[in-house]
Amino acid sequence: MDVKLINPFISATVEVLETMAFTKANVGKPYLKKEEIAAGDVSGVIGLTGERNGSVSVSFAEECILKIVSNMLGEEYSVVNDDIKDAVGELTNMISGQARKTLDGIGYKFDAAIPTVVVGKDHVISHISSGPMIAIPFDTPNGSFTIEICFDEG
Amino acid sequence: MDLAMKILVVDDFATMRRIVRNILKQLGFTDIVEADDGSTALEILATDKIDLIVSDWNMPKVTGLELLKKIRADSKLKDIPFLMVTAEAQKQNIVEAVQAGCSNYIVKPFTADTISEKLKKIFGE
Repeated sequence: MDVKLINPFISATVEVLETMAFTKANVGKPYLKKEEIAAGDVSGVIGLTGERNGSVSVSFAEECILKIVSNMLGEEYSVVNDDIKDAVGELTNMISGQARKTLDGIGYKFDAAIPTVVVGKDHVISHISSGPMIAIPFDTPNGSFTIEICFDEG
Repeated sequence: MDLAMKILVVDDFATMRRIVRNILKQLGFTDIVEADDGSTALEILATDKIDLIVSDWNMPKVTGLELLKKIRADSKLKDIPFLMVTAEAQKQNIVEAVQAGCSNYIVKPFTADTISEKLKKIFGE
């Protein structure tokens, strides 16, 4: 896959979490993901159309997202509830927006759909495209999360 | 800036409404109402006197841009300052919003300082 499509999502993720949730995320080594089972417990998925068609997901471990949303909203969360789901949708939205801004700067135009959120251990993430699924793991002081990027082959 | 002004926060995500509300409270504003999309916002605007609108762009039913256009076309509402807070950061989005009469524009993610700075610009301080 075109690496130019990947990097904007990595930097957008780091920036969004740092600005909105005061959380520093360290990026790990990207890998090709084969299975559809999500790496985390709560995932946001957003469809993108334009330069290529595809989708991007952000999948958080429970402890990780509880801390992130607690930071974002200034109150403590200990269980995954509707507030957490809503926040994951909005985080997905912001990551997609920031990444699309960078992509727009290099001439790649994308439109985004409204994100959906899936919750539960071992849930499945269905990407729109059948292209290769690139997973990028991140670490935070309060647990891990993974983003997945899947676009049609150009 | 009048801290007693009535502010309408419009976003389909409750999280973002809460973040914006928290920041506005932090800045000293007390009178804040919320709408979950443009059509709910129009209902509130029909009954309440609103001094500032802080709105998302991407929403179901009536989007932030459609809301802005409707407000600017309405003789009673046309002068209300409108701050767009959106994940839509591509150049053509900003141009479109400014052309439709947006008072200022914030790209998500943002900090309290950004909101404060933009409000000062809108209210000429």
